[in-house]
Amino acid sequence: MSKLLKNIIRFVLFILIQVFVLFQVKPLHQFIVPYLYFLYILWLPFNTPRLGLTLTGFVFGLCLDYFTKTPGLHAAACTMIAYLRPFLVNILIRQEGAEQNYRSPSITSMGLAPYATYVFILTFIHNGYLVFLEWLDFGTFLYFIGKVLATTGVSMALIFLCELLVFRKEKFRTNTA
Amino acid sequence: MRNIFLFIRRYFNFLFFLVLQIIALSFLIRYNKFHEAAFMGVANELTGRVSSKYSNVEYYFHLKKSNEALAVQNERLLNSLKSNFQDADTSLAVIRDSIAYDTLGHFRRYIWRQAVVVNNSVSLQNNYLTIHRGEKQGVSKDMGVVSPNGLVGTVVNTSENFSVVMSMLNRQSSVSAKLKKSGEIGKIQWDGVTPDYVTMINLPKSVKAIKGDSIVTSGYSLSFPPNILIGTILEVVDEKGSNFYTLKIKPATNFYSVEYVNIVDNLQKDEQKKLEEAAKKNQ
Repeated sequence: MSKLLKNIIRFVLFILIQVFVLFQVKPLHQFIVPYLYFLYILWLPFNTPRLGLTLTGFVFGLCLDYFTKTPGLHAAACTMIAYLRPFLVNILIRQEGAEQNYRSPSITSMGLAPYATYVFILTFIHNGYLVFLEWLDFGTFLYFIGKVLATTGVSMALIFLCELLVFRKEKFRTNTA
Repeated sequence: MRNIFLFIRRYFNFLFFLVLQIIALSFLIRYNKFHEAAFMGVANELTGRVSSKYSNVEYYFHLKKSNEALAVQNERLLNSLKSNFQDADTSLAVIRDSIAYDTLGHFRRYIWRQAVVVNNSVSLQNNYLTIHRGEKQGVSKDMGVVSPNGLVGTVVNTSENFSVVMSMLNRQSSVSAKLKKSGEIGKIQWDGVTPDYVTMINLPKSVKAIKGDSIVTSGYSLSFPPNILIGTILEVVDEKGSNFYTLKIKPATNFYSVEYVNIVDNLQKDEQKKLEEAAKKNQ
């Protein structure tokens, strides 16, 4: 399957899962909203051009926004993490040239600790920015802190689960192949 | 001039990012104010179609509950039929008014239309429903939406075949309500904590409000006819520093499983609105 087709299918799947599964979960607490959809952006290939990455983030977020009837909210957060992603990858990549040898960020290509850091930082930024925009409308500071921490925790758990369930082929690519 | 171009080329990524952020934020701010945004009509049509496919599946799981709710509503309506009222003494006729003969619609104020819910959320801070009925089928902005059990919300956006309804579980929702027993007016809002209850404010403490009392819509709203059930009082919170109660209300509508709704159209809304605006201008 071509890389583009794979990513298009992922795009649709992540949005459908977020809208029709995770948003339908009966709320346990005011703070807990399970977010997983932005994992799509974290899984995009290393060699995506930065401009394309930012634009993909924007379009992806906006698609979700039209389902939740909040145009701009998720788009802003997704653009933010898509823009910041290359900086983090540059800092956290394990060895020289790993982004050439592997296709996309994963545990195999980056190593467990750097990958976990990468996921955690972007999750935190995404949820923080999202709740911050919500918080400008209403709420107290406790609401802001509580919700950012709770949603980040839930998202991390979901992403961990997703990594266990979904097997992504990460072949080591050499120049000869 | 050359330096400007160089600057733009060098920081193009960052500038592009900034532009997208500004677009996103402007969507957000504009939408919150006027409940509308670029492409929302087209997007409604698209997301509505996807949602109606999904709700076709989900529909079967709620079938029993929706049937029960519809049966209860039918029972209530049947009980209010004219033929139920008959007395052995024929000189004592029960006369109900002539609405049935109002074929020209001179006296009709409200008209009801049914619709199917295709998308619904309860877990966000601003919850909306999508219903499968739009402009082509006579839905327009600011119409009231009522489920078989009670009030649901107000139409905020329409496309050709779908409409978006702001449910009571929305931070921006505000519905004029009254205590059914004594008629005092208050306002229903949602604090965003849990979808299990909404709050009613501005009810003076001189009123006797007890747990279990019914709250219905007041006649002051342009979108809703009076006396539609909103919910029952769950808890009376006595705030010491204020002359008003804050009531926790359990909504009559089960927002988790709402399947069928009725849209109510106030035919005299425009007339009333115009008059009220003219009165404001004259001051």
